[in-house]
Amino acid sequence: MAALFQQIVNGLSIGSIYAVFAIGCTLIFGVLNIINLAQGAFLMVGACIGLEVALAGFPVPVALFAAILSGGILGALSEVLMFQPLRKRGGHRWMGLVASLALARVLVGTAQEVFGTQVRGYPPNAITGLTWEIAGVRIQAIQVLIIVAAVLLMLLLAFTLKRTSIGRAIRTVAFSETVAQIVGVHVGRTNLITFFIAGALAGAAGLLFGMLFNVVSPFMGDSALVKGLTVIILGGLGNIPGAVAGGFLLGLIEVFSAGYVSSSFRDAIGFGLIFLILLVKPTGLFSGFEERRA
Amino acid sequence: MRVTKLFLVTSLVGSAIFSPAFGKDVKVGIVQATSGGSAALYGVMQKNAAELAIDEINASGKLGDFKLVPIYQDDAGDRGQTVNIFQRLIFQDKVKVIFGPTLTNSAYAADPLAQKAKVPVIASSNTAPGVTGMGDYIFRTCATEPSVFPHVLDYVIKRSAPKTAAQIYGIDDMLMKTAYEVHKTALEKAGIKIVDTETFQKGDVDYSAQLTKIKATQPDMIVIGGLAEESANIVRQARQLGIPKSTIILGANAAISKKLHELAGDAAEGFLVGSGWFIDYDAPQNKAFVAAYRAKYKSDPDTFAAQAYAAVYVFADALKQAGGADDTAKLRDAIAATKDLDTSLGKFSFDANREPVLKAKVLELTGGKFVLAPGQ
Repeated sequence: MAALFQQIVNGLSIGSIYAVFAIGCTLIFGVLNIINLAQGAFLMVGACIGLEVALAGFPVPVALFAAILSGGILGALSEVLMFQPLRKRGGHRWMGLVASLALARVLVGTAQEVFGTQVRGYPPNAITGLTWEIAGVRIQAIQVLIIVAAVLLMLLLAFTLKRTSIGRAIRTVAFSETVAQIVGVHVGRTNLITFFIAGALAGAAGLLFGMLFNVVSPFMGDSALVKGLTVIILGGLGNIPGAVAGGFLLGLIEVFSAGYVSSSFRDAIGFGLIFLILLVKPTGLFSGFEERRA
Repeated sequence: MRVTKLFLVTSLVGSAIFSPAFGKDVKVGIVQATSGGSAALYGVMQKNAAELAIDEINASGKLGDFKLVPIYQDDAGDRGQTVNIFQRLIFQDKVKVIFGPTLTNSAYAADPLAQKAKVPVIASSNTAPGVTGMGDYIFRTCATEPSVFPHVLDYVIKRSAPKTAAQIYGIDDMLMKTAYEVHKTALEKAGIKIVDTETFQKGDVDYSAQLTKIKATQPDMIVIGGLAEESANIVRQARQLGIPKSTIILGANAAISKKLHELAGDAAEGFLVGSGWFIDYDAPQNKAFVAAYRAKYKSDPDTFAAQAYAAVYVFADALKQAGGADDTAKLRDAIAATKDLDTSLGKFSFDANREPVLKAKVLELTGGKFVLAPGQ
């Protein structure tokens, strides 16, 4: 029984990071109908910058802020320098996809040169070693912190989308670019803000991921990207509540397939789900929300 | 064309003049990657150590009239270049032995050439399985998992008499899959019950699901088939999940790295591995080697350096036993017959498969460093 609850704790902590990361991916899709494959690289850069800041002796919140900022700036730059010019020249949506993949490779290559190829970890601090044991279940302070940080970020995003003028603009563009232009929404700026938010969420996810597993490397973005794509298909493309639920669900599915089926099938089960969902319910498990978005 | 001719003439004249003068010169090839990325980390160490050994042997006069003449080539870790270099060394320079190459991939590409030409190859960093299986002229001095793990297990059994074990290993890595098989066979042979077997994949960082499962089976020890970075995270997460210190954690030979403590911190204390060498190893040859290496290169040697150094001494001994290098079959047999030779690795022998037989040292991570585990 303790093992079951332990697996739930394990699954929720990784799931919350998947959720934060996937929201960014799905937000861009919801607004612009494209997939940005460089999101994984933004996650990696966020983790690397966050680590540098932490190694320089700054506290975790400062490192988190640096990760968010660096991810956000990269996201905005990718829109300004890549996606927007491609759209303006009437490039096909595929070109953006391929270009974003190229951008990801450039960032990984640069990170290898700047930070080296070896795996690095966070310096030990008061939080990393702290654990509580409740009825045989080990809960690490860092897990609690990460779940809380993830939930706060998600609430902040929900508030921004629902209650602020930026959020209303984003939702209008997501509904229809033409309508947005008619009602006087600055579409270009809204797209830019969307890319910034998505990049910032990726950067935050990178720092949280790096702290939870004490692993930061130039290659960490690749597997994260695949997980992110799995989550947004689970939750329905462009569906933000779906991405949150999908993130936690994937985290739980992973630990339970490793814990109760076989660790060799862990990824096979996670990715097998994509096939199953695409075949059975291509709009995602949580497509009830879809109508509300559109 | 004229330049080539001129070059040919001068080199012919050159060899005509110099060869008879040093009639007992024995040319030896050193093929190591000293440029080209991470392979150079291992290559530079081995080249340094091999050249050090050659200098010492020539200076000592232990080979009588024979003199080792090193011809060093950098293959940059690229197996295409390794093949070219082997061809040149074998057919043009006519070396009597080749020390190297750095990478196993290069060995698989180039060693067959040497085997065909009957030129012995002594590797000191090709640890993958099957390297010496390429032919009876291929040797290696580097410790492999099968040559060290049984000793580690014996040590643990003596120290704390474990009854059960759980295994976790990288399922998509050849080296680790082999390590897993070696661990499993040794555990079964020792009558230790394997209560759980878990796997992970390259790039995985979350082992909590597997470790939670392992924790529930309450094993006396956990055996990890993983590289340093993976092992570090497994150890750290195991302790975080509350797997007690009384559960001993054993690792693979490939996990020996200062990265282990760097990433795992104090959670890695007590981690046990087997090795062919460590810097404070108390053998007279090793103390001399470490001191000479430090004096010449102003840095500490590593395991690969020690293995490359031993390779040269093994060859020199065989050369003496065979009474020369002209009869390659005799020379090969002499290398293969190496038994209990004093080297930087301790008493060194080759087994029937030209694999090293050496006294494995059990190392324990103590105070952030790998040191000899007490009571050996």
